[in-house]
Parts: sequence; C-alpha cells; structure tokens
Amino acid sequence: MSNHDGNCNYQLRCRECGRSWGNQPRSICHECFSPLEITYDYDAIHSSIAQERFGRERIAQRAPNMWRYSELLPLPAGFEPRLPVGFTPLFQAPRLAERLVGKKSDGKAAARNLYIKNDAVCLPTLSFKDRVVAVALAQVSAFGFDTVSCSSTGNLANAVAAHAARLGLKAWIFIPSDLEPAKILGTQVFGANVVRIAGNYDQVNRLCSQIAEERHWGFVNVNLRPYYAEGSKTVGFEIAEQLGWRLPDNVVVPMAGGSLITKIKKAFDELIKLGFVEDKPVKFFGAQATGCSPISTAVKTGSAEIEPQKPATIARSLAIGNPADGHYAIKTIKQSGGWSEDVSDPEVIDSIRLLAETEGIFTETAGGVTVGTAGKLYRQDRILPEETTVLCITGNGLKTTDVLAGVYEAERPIAPKLAEFEKYLHETLDTVEVAKEAAATVGA
Amino acid sequence: MAITIQIPTALRRHTAGVGSIACAATNLGELFSVLDEKFPELKPHLRDEAGQVRRFLNIYVNEEDIRFLGGPAYSFQDGDEVLLVPSIAGGAN
Repeated sequence: MSNHDGNCNYQLRCRECGRSWGNQPRSICHECFSPLEITYDYDAIHSSIAQERFGRERIAQRAPNMWRYSELLPLPAGFEPRLPVGFTPLFQAPRLAERLVGKKSDGKAAARNLYIKNDAVCLPTLSFKDRVVAVALAQVSAFGFDTVSCSSTGNLANAVAAHAARLGLKAWIFIPSDLEPAKILGTQVFGANVVRIAGNYDQVNRLCSQIAEERHWGFVNVNLRPYYAEGSKTVGFEIAEQLGWRLPDNVVVPMAGGSLITKIKKAFDELIKLGFVEDKPVKFFGAQATGCSPISTAVKTGSAEIEPQKPATIARSLAIGNPADGHYAIKTIKQSGGWSEDVSDPEVIDSIRLLAETEGIFTETAGGVTVGTAGKLYRQDRILPEETTVLCITGNGLKTTDVLAGVYEAERPIAPKLAEFEKYLHETLDTVEVAKEAAATVGA
Repeated sequence: MAITIQIPTALRRHTAGVGSIACAATNLGELFSVLDEKFPELKPHLRDEAGQVRRFLNIYVNEEDIRFLGGPAYSFQDGDEVLLVPSIAGGAN
C-alpha cells in the first residue's frame, strides 16, 4: 500500500466506490463524493501475529493505554505516543442494575452482567474524545500541519486544545456560542483560540468544512476525520480485552454524529477477523436525547436515511441534528438486531443522579442519555437481564454541572456545636421520613 | 432575479476549477438544470441514477439547510447564496 511515508499497513479507501486514496488529509472521495475510511492490510497483521510480534499475549505485556493496539490504528511509522490515553475502567454495576431491572428472588440484582465502560475518566480531558484526537494528531507532522482545528460540542474542543498544547501545535476551536461554560473554559485554559459561532453545531460544522478548504489546517473532524474516527475503535478493543477477550451481548452507545457506535462494531469485527475473540452476535443499541434524535427516530420509523432536526436538548454534547455518520449508525444498529431509543431532558437529569448515587460515577448529560436509554431498553425487553451488557459512559459530569443547577438545595449552615448537629440531624431525618411517606402515598 | 451557487473544492475538477456561478434558477430543480448544462460532468456527483440528491451532499441556502426550508419546494429569493457542502462522515465496514 502507498502512503505518505511508504511504509505502513493502512490507507484511505472510499466507503462506497472502493477507490484507494493512499494517506493524505482528505475525508471525501473526489470521484463519488462519498466518505473515506481507513482500511488495513490484514494479511500483514496476521503475519505479525504468526511471528508473535502482535497478539493477545503481546498486548498484555504493553502499557495500560490505548496504544497497546497500535497495529490496528493508523499511526505513522516510528510514531512515539506523547500521552497515555485510554484503557479506562470497565466494571460491573450491580447497584445500577438493581435500580434499572430489580432483584431476583435470591436478593441479587437481576441484571448482574451489566457493565460500565467509564470514559468519564479518560485522560487527559475526561472524555472519549481524547482517543480520537490522539490518533488524528499522530498524522499532523506527516501531513505538514502546524495548526489543528475542529468544530465541537465541547468535549472535542477540550481534547484538541489539550493535545495541541502537549504537542506544541497552534489550535483554532469552533464552538456553538451556547456551550456549557466549563467546556469553554476547559478549552481556553490550554491556550487555544476559541471562536464562538452564533449558531448550532451543524452550522459550526458547515463553516469548518468551508474553512478547511481555504486553510492548511488539520481539522480533526473534517480533513483528518478518517484517522480521527479510528481512535474510537479502542473503546471496543478495551471492552473485549477487559471482559477476558470475549464480546458482550449488547452495547449501549450515546450517539451524536453516530461514528462511535460504528467504530465499536468495526473493532469487534477486527478482533474476530484476527482470532482474538470468538465470533458471536453483538447487538448495538443507540442512545439519543429526544430533543435531538435524528438517528433514533430513523431507527424507530424504519427509515434508512436521516431527517435532520433542530436540536433542543440539555445534552449539548449530543446535539447534532444532521449526524454525518447517521446513515452508517442506522445500518450498524439494524444489522445487529439492536435498537435505538431516546430520553427526555428530565430523564437525562434523573439518570445522571441515578448513576452517581448507585455507582459513584458523575457523568455528563450524554451519560445520562445512555443510562436512561438502557433503562428503557430493559423495560422493553430488548435487553434481557441475564445478558452481558456494556453501557458506554463517554464524558464527565464536572463539565456540565449547569444542568443540575436548582436540583439540590443549598444547605443552611449550622453552628459548630454537637447539640446543633443533633437538632439538624433530627430535622433532616424527619424531612426524609415525611418525603418517603408522601412518595408512598402518591405511589399507592 | 439572481442567485449564487458555491461549488466545493472536491467538485471543481468537474467544473474546470470554477468555484462560483451566478444564475437565475428559482428552485432546486432549476438549479440542477443550470449545473447540468454548464458542467455535464458534475451531474452524477450531485444526484443518483434515480435523480435524488446524493446522500453525502448537503445543500444550504445562505446559512440554512434547504431541507428546513422545504427542500425542492423552496423558491429561491433574489440574492440567495447556495452552498453545496459535502457531508463529512467516517463510514465503517
């Protein structure tokens, strides 16, 4: 295969017409206008496995970060990672399972095989976007960029800005002007140039497509998008490895542009192809906020195409009304036998609180969407309690604290005296009991 | 009445490098007719065999996706700027 350095096992290929494009900052086939994606020379990878240079044992010997899967990522020859991104925790969530599904007769959670993949603690910027940015920026030197850029609903802005700072690159970040304050601050702090656009994400994205034609900048989600998207596969690789090199029955994934769900599928397919895991069916379930649900609407109405929407939801990291990978996300979900659901903004907030109170994970609104959707899918019997199910939590709640404003009352201060505390405790417990009685009355 | 059509770089190899044209099209159908006549090589890149706009092509009128304006039923206004913008997707096998 040819490429910028003539020595790697991947290249761009048109998703629709199959034409090869080598390696260059390009995301569209100039023959048929369809998207490009990375394809690999799997024979070469099989060869590496046969020679024991790559494989499950080799991976286990490597550092606990996403670069342990380098052979399955589009990285330039001799690439040296500068940041230990990924390899976030995967763990069972019995208390959440109990609240979503209930208990069995033996008192244990019915859905004992419910797992959380927790990218709320992905480093360095606390979202799964660190993965995709790390892979995209691996190419900037080879492509001759000294400036990187993106359109973003927040998490990507944070990640591009942080990684650019680490690599000594200039960064221009384009965001909708109504983004959460913490996400704006969490971009500016890295020294990036932040451009607020008076419009929604889809308008920002369209503008960036135009700017990318005018400037020699590496837009991670425009001209570097095929490379960037490959970073999402590492979520899938990690899930399989952390489950003991086996695939789950179900994965529930939040959807904005729709890329992540397709790339987790690609990761599982590659692991099967290479013999790392046993081939088995995995159902893919997509999660969206009702106020911006073009993909779940298409799935539920049986459409193969996206009808764009005007976003109106607190889940701003998922507020993409015209999702670029929507068509492929629909296909992934349908072909797997999965489904897609969406939840209201109040359900998002309830679900953020539920995950925090049961499992100690403070997720952002996208995580609330995922947990709320999972609850719906269990109630609809689309996901069965005994099945191994992984919920992908992709971002950290400290970035979207504004959505919880007003949910919790400010506690009145008390004097530093034991008697004061005893009085306070008595009053508080009384209040709790009264609230419980009121809830029981309503539920009766 | 005149509108302007902006053609993205990815398609300019089919327009001899022309990036913008002015015309008097009053709706999307007429706009495609104008482009078909001026740049015959462009036609298969914009619409499929059934005449439908290709999945990965977005059409904006000024700042708005034409689908929010009524799509083919929208009547262009004098001075409208029409952008043909590729939809950036990653795809997956």
